[in-house]
Formats: sequence, C-alpha cells, structure tokens
Amino acid sequence: MIYLDNAATSLQKPEEVGKAVADAILHMGNPGRGIHGASLDAARMIYDTRSLISRLFHAKSPSQVAFTANSTESLNLAVEGIFRPGDHVITTMMEHNSVLRPLYRMEEKGVELTILPADKQGCINYEDFERAFKSNTRAVVCTHASNLTGNVNDLEKIGRICKKLGILFLLDASQTAGVFDIDMEETGIDVVCFTGHKGLLGPQGTGGICVREGLDIQPLVVGGSGVQSYLRTQPEQMPERLEAGTLNCHGLAGLHAALLYIGQTGMEYIRKREQYLMRRFYEGVKDIPGVTVYGDFSLESLDKRAPVVALNIGDYDSGEVADELAVSYEIYARAGAHCAPLMHQALGTEKQGAVRFSMSHFNTEEEIDQAVKAVRELSRH
Amino acid sequence: MRQKELKTVVTFHTVTEAIAMETACMKEEIPGRIIPVPREIKAGCGLSWAMPADWVGNISQWMEKKDLSWESVGEYFI
Repeated sequence: MIYLDNAATSLQKPEEVGKAVADAILHMGNPGRGIHGASLDAARMIYDTRSLISRLFHAKSPSQVAFTANSTESLNLAVEGIFRPGDHVITTMMEHNSVLRPLYRMEEKGVELTILPADKQGCINYEDFERAFKSNTRAVVCTHASNLTGNVNDLEKIGRICKKLGILFLLDASQTAGVFDIDMEETGIDVVCFTGHKGLLGPQGTGGICVREGLDIQPLVVGGSGVQSYLRTQPEQMPERLEAGTLNCHGLAGLHAALLYIGQTGMEYIRKREQYLMRRFYEGVKDIPGVTVYGDFSLESLDKRAPVVALNIGDYDSGEVADELAVSYEIYARAGAHCAPLMHQALGTEKQGAVRFSMSHFNTEEEIDQAVKAVRELSRH
Repeated sequence: MRQKELKTVVTFHTVTEAIAMETACMKEEIPGRIIPVPREIKAGCGLSWAMPADWVGNISQWMEKKDLSWESVGEYFI
C-alpha cells in the first residue's frame, strides 16, 4: 500500500509515538487531579508537551497553550469565544469548513463576514484584506495553507496588515504545524489553532490552541479543572480557562513523543523532503495529457508550498479515480470536496471534486514514481 | 500521620503553574515537593509546592526571577 493522504492524517508515525501512547495508557493517571505519582507523571508530561508546543509556535509561555481534540474544536473555541454580534470578520475562500462553519454560525448571531476571493490558481490577493476593512472589523481568520491546493499564505504579510489595521490575526495551522515555521511573536499572530495528527505526527484526538498573552477567550465548555473547585465559573487563568474535563493524556503522550521526534529530525529536513517528493510527483504528472493540476506551482512558490498536489483526469469523477487508485494500485489518495467548498468553487471543480495526493517525509521516491505511473495509466483509459 | 513541621508553601492558580515551579526547582536542586493545597490555606483541590521553611533563599524573589507565576506564599505547620 502506498499512502498519499497525509493532509487528512499522517498514517506513518515515528515508532516512539505508538510506544508512548501504550505506555501512557498503562501507567499514567489523570493529570492535575491528584498528587500521587501516576497523576504527577501525567501532569509533568502534559507540561512538557505544552513547553514544546509553545517553543514551536513561539508562544509567550507554556500556560498559553490549551489542548483540545483537534483544530476544529480550537477554531470553534476561538471564533465563539472572541467574536460578538456586530463584529466584522475577514476570511478567505481558501478555508476549510472548520473555519467557515463556525463563522457561518456566528453570522447567524449577528457577526458580519467578508470572504476574500481566490483566483483560479487558488491564491488570494493580499490587498483585499485592507479593502475589506471596516470600522467594526475585529479580526482576520485564515488558513496557513490550503488543504486542497497546498498553496501557502504569507503570514508575515497578513500579520503586518493586521497590525497596521489594529485587528486580531487567528491562524488555522492544520496543514502546516510541525512542517512550517510559525512564529506568533515575530508575525503578530494572536491565536494559532493546530491539530496533532497531521504534520505533527501525533495521534488523532490531539490538538490545541495557542493564545497571545492578554487575549481572553470565553470558554466554550466549562467543568472540572482540578483547581479553584469552589468557583462557580471556569478559572480565569490559562490554560485551565480553556480546558474543562480530563485531557486526552494518552494521546498527548504520543504527541509529546512526536514533538521530540520532529525536534531531533528537524522541521527543515522534513519540509524539504516533503517538498522534494511533492515536486517529483508534480513534475511527473503535470504534462500527462488529460491531467489538470490545481494550485500555484510557479517557480517562486515551489519551495513555499505545502506537500499537496490536487488533480483531475479528464472529466472523470474524482471519486472514481481515487477508488481505482485504491483498488487496482493500492495507492491511497483523497477524492471529493475535502471540506473546502469555496476553494472548489474558485477552482471550478465543485462537481468533479479533485484527487488529492499529499506526501509525508516517510514516503519514498519509488512510491511517488508508482503513483505517477498509475496516474499516467489511468489517463489513457 | 507524620509529625507537622514548619514549611514554606506556595500555591498556584493552575496545575501548569505548579508543574512549571516543580520543573524549575528540580533544575536548580531547590528542595521541596508537590503536595495537595493544605486546608489552612484553601479548601478544595489543587497542587502546591512545599519546601523547608529554613531554605536559604527568598522564594518569592527567586520565582520572580524565573518568570514563574503563583498565587500565594506563606509558612504553615503541615
């Protein structure tokens, strides 16, 4: 089997990730709910994971990192916890439904929404941010990289614009965390929402939110915190402010091991290896008659792209192509809408969808070449 | 039960603050350990840091220097 669906979840994890999860299930107690060894060991591991995440995103301190189940939960938390009726929010057509749906729901409650267009290559125009600005604009909420095209947004540019306009910058880092540099402090990002099971190579059910110090997000869920138990409300201090109930300690132990692996392997090595594999695949398929590749593959963007190549073969249903790849070639790619309805609208692929190939640094050149060969063969049918 | 001794007890707003304290103390070999918050200070649950009351340094100043956050510092027979 050749797995090329890493934008959905990274299937191959470092060996130590599985071991850490198994060890945690057998030995770790409830973090922060006791002072015995099993509980403290869990709390120490969680603290160390917060520290690694805060260093990864250049957050002010480990306390500014709250854990959630995934990016979707983090984005819901941020959107519901920050915006109020009358606020205006700017987002883009590049977004995943994890950004769009929480914003649409807030729109029903009186939040005003502007969705910036994307061109046929799936790129946004940065000047549109300033054009969309209004006196009640509260924030930009956008993705770092499109999960469909792999196009990466320029965080420095967006951060500068947000700073100039005096508005918040909320980032969806689902497709880039663990692979691309994200510097909250330097770039002026107020909130980073991330998931643990994609580029961070951790287990599903792990994710989190990094919040700039001083920005209060109203909690979406309240309940047990292990501290300040006689308060009728959730503690005001981070991270307990945004963490009610028992954390997914076992999963976070896996994320902890994955973060150590990324630190040892080097994010730059991982990124360059994935981009190399992506380019190899792109070069192999781009000139095949009948194949249409989506996204910005211009020379200047090649070393900035996320490792994703979306394509279609003729007017075949993307689901049919992905099914044929899986059944006849054992190549696992993802078809359909990828929860990115507006991106498909911009690309003109709403009906057909697209077949998305997304690489991991664990993939080999041989696997990429076999995938190219399969696309070539299918395009002849 | 153990005989009560005079201890310096530091309390925290969050578990994260408590573990940050423990991590920093272990790094610099400052004596002490995490204990449940004594009821003399506050009822309920939570973690606190208990250390010998006769420790040579000033723990508040040290925590400030280390950029640690805490809720209260006091001495108690526990």
